[in-house]
Amino acid sequence: MIKSAHFEKIRTLAVILIALLLTFLIIAIISDDPLRTILIFLVEPVSSVSHLGNVVEMAIPLMFTGLSVVLLFRTNLFNLGAEGLFYFAGIVASTIAIHWTLSGWLHPIVSILAGALTGALLSAIPGILKAKWNVNELVTSLMFNSILFGVGLYFLNYKLRDPQAFSNSSYKLQPTALLPNLIPGTRIHLGLILALLCIVAVHYYMYRTKWGYELRMTGSNRSFAEYSGINTTKVIITVHLIAGFLAGMGGSVEVLGMYTRFQWTSLPGYGLDGALVALLAKNNPLSVIGAALFLAYIRIGADQMARMSDVPAEMISIVQAVIILLISAEQFLKFWKTRMLLKEAGIRE
Amino acid sequence: MDQSPLLEMRKISKVYPNGVVANANVNFSLDKGEIHAIVGENGAGKSTLMKMIFGMEEPSEGEMVLDGRKVRFRSPQDAIDNGIGMVHQHFMLVPSLTVVDNMILGMEPTKGFNIHYKEAIRMTRELSARYNLAIDPLAKVEDLSVGMKQKVEILKVLIRGAHILILDEPTAVLTPQETEELFRQLLALKREGHTIVFISHKLKEVKVICDRITIMRGGRTEGVFETSAVSEQEISRLMVGRNVVLKYDKGDRPPGPSVLQVRNLSYINPERKPVLQDIGFTIREGEIVGIAGVEGNGQAELVKALTGSLSGAEGEVAVGGETILGRTIKEIRQLGVSYIPEDRMRQGAAKDASISDNLISMFYRMKEWNKGLLLNRKKIAGFSEAQIDRYKIRAKGPEQPIGMLSGGNMQKVVVARECEAGPKLLIAEQPTRGVDVGAAQLIHQRLLEMRADGCAILLLSADLNEILEVSDSLLVMYNGQFVAYYPDVKQVTEERLGFAMLGIERQSDAEVRRAIHD
Repeated sequence: MIKSAHFEKIRTLAVILIALLLTFLIIAIISDDPLRTILIFLVEPVSSVSHLGNVVEMAIPLMFTGLSVVLLFRTNLFNLGAEGLFYFAGIVASTIAIHWTLSGWLHPIVSILAGALTGALLSAIPGILKAKWNVNELVTSLMFNSILFGVGLYFLNYKLRDPQAFSNSSYKLQPTALLPNLIPGTRIHLGLILALLCIVAVHYYMYRTKWGYELRMTGSNRSFAEYSGINTTKVIITVHLIAGFLAGMGGSVEVLGMYTRFQWTSLPGYGLDGALVALLAKNNPLSVIGAALFLAYIRIGADQMARMSDVPAEMISIVQAVIILLISAEQFLKFWKTRMLLKEAGIRE
Repeated sequence: MDQSPLLEMRKISKVYPNGVVANANVNFSLDKGEIHAIVGENGAGKSTLMKMIFGMEEPSEGEMVLDGRKVRFRSPQDAIDNGIGMVHQHFMLVPSLTVVDNMILGMEPTKGFNIHYKEAIRMTRELSARYNLAIDPLAKVEDLSVGMKQKVEILKVLIRGAHILILDEPTAVLTPQETEELFRQLLALKREGHTIVFISHKLKEVKVICDRITIMRGGRTEGVFETSAVSEQEISRLMVGRNVVLKYDKGDRPPGPSVLQVRNLSYINPERKPVLQDIGFTIREGEIVGIAGVEGNGQAELVKALTGSLSGAEGEVAVGGETILGRTIKEIRQLGVSYIPEDRMRQGAAKDASISDNLISMFYRMKEWNKGLLLNRKKIAGFSEAQIDRYKIRAKGPEQPIGMLSGGNMQKVVVARECEAGPKLLIAEQPTRGVDVGAAQLIHQRLLEMRADGCAILLLSADLNEILEVSDSLLVMYNGQFVAYYPDVKQVTEERLGFAMLGIERQSDAEVRRAIHD
């Protein structure tokens, strides 16, 4: 018998299944050769080492931003600022990677730390506004995304841009600053290890330390936290600092691990995807790994499908929208849970 | 009489998404023109059953038959359309509007595009005369006393054409005098042919006014009785499954040196209203001081001042000689102050968090509870198991979210946490409100143990029975002042207390000042 305690997991799986079925349905309608297209979508991402590599590469930034958002959501802060921080930290890390000269192992460390710290400090602004004056963090963080993007683009155009380059991209990052490759034949870089370390660290922080306890209580019921003597102002600011640090680290790692020049002329979208990862992970740090990999998998599948068949990659947005909708819909499958509960209570045979 | 029942609930079950089975195969039937009591411990499923009758919740299984017709209510509006009305425990009124505005809300008589106020006032007057519920239709609800507000609630239900009235713990906030008046009105309604469902914890009241009693326990019905056929003892045994002693043998304990000293405490709220006026009293080691009073006479603000969540209070408040006004909640708690808050859902617990997490909020900062950077999980688990055991908390285990527990069990978690911290001063605000007899008894016993160990306890309660049984001495608060002090609670009758609470009688300043000891 399926226990009601596992209901949330089952529900998430059911949502994913429905989303995939819907994907197949859409493909069946658009494609001239639906079976082949579906097969490409499902199998291509895992068909070769290099494609598998693509999935993992894409999952790395998603893990960073997903983890950042998990911390915020868990504290009941609906902050979507990871997007702007990710972008701006990339600019800061690139600046150091281009203009500073440091020895081989120190260069990436300094660049990443600079990006991460920038993220933390910038993230503290909506944090302080929220904690001290109860300014809605969703509004401030979204506005900050625009501000950070505008300022970042200015830096790219006027300070970092290489006039010799064909597109609007920066000077070359110095080779000393780039992150080493982990697995030959793919572009998986050291950032993966860093991301996994951060996830484990956040897991321990959240569930096993007194600071994590304060975070969870503040998120669950701020009045209770205050009544217990927890300084929730401090907790909210701290969480913003850590979340900003992680988002900033993600941006820096992504630039140094995947590119030789900084070339984002629009927001890359990883921050908002982080919110989707957090949603799939049910705000659980360890589950971020699976959620990020899954999202990367369907993205790469969609990319391959666009390349090899007649269905465009944008189709995947529909799938994502369905996932978000169903996961946020609290009533979805509730009748089923009610039935399980009645059975467990022995009222219904 | 072999008339068929007016309303019948057959094999009703209700399970909430968090896994709480509130009702399991409940049967309930209501005859026309009776006053029918539903009694039961908290978490017995009374409120849930009523919410289903009133359309606020839908049953997971089972059927409902009204006047021989099968019905299904999807919203309170459906219930109202079928002549069912509910007076909630917490009033559902708009305080800033007048009585008549509240009465007609959602069913305004109109004249052209405007509300026909003259008609509305006429309707209100007529109804209040007919049922002898005297009320000024043009008074603002916020200016009314609790008893008056309740009358408005009842009228509101009647004006919507209800002939079945559900009253959820209607006497919880009333003084004895107001309760008597309510009973007279309920009997008048009964004579007019209305049917009343009366939910209560107070068995005495049930005996006085009700015709039949349905007893619920653990989400099931334990039986239906003619009121005259059962004694209070029998009812309470069926409710909790054992005999309940409502009297405590406290034993004499001479009070020790003073722990809490309050002097000249005053507070003027942002609306410039003096809410606390020159409050002064002392609580000594091993002494339980009760504060009685109708809600909204400054008790809430007094507690806030003592627990560090009221800014702008003036005067002297000291715990163990250390002044606490202007200190943070954390600092005050570290001085040895525990606080059982009135509203456990809002302040006392984090409902998605586990029982464990809710138990350690007083301790998690301390060195002994941490191992290096990490919390000491073994110690936390051991402590939680021990408290679940000691306080007889009905739960699957320490990791179960506290929100899945019934009100009484949740309250036990709060009490366990606050008492096990070993405080010098314990502030207990309505510690057994909405809690069943069994849990209330356990909580009272624990308070008395704490008293024996030398803890100073401040008890605030709207339940006069509780305050008279548990306290050593008693203060009465009215309009932000102490109006009476009884050094020995045994000398006080409920009636005298009622007069003091309503501000009809007051002692001289000198008499009240006896509450300050040195």
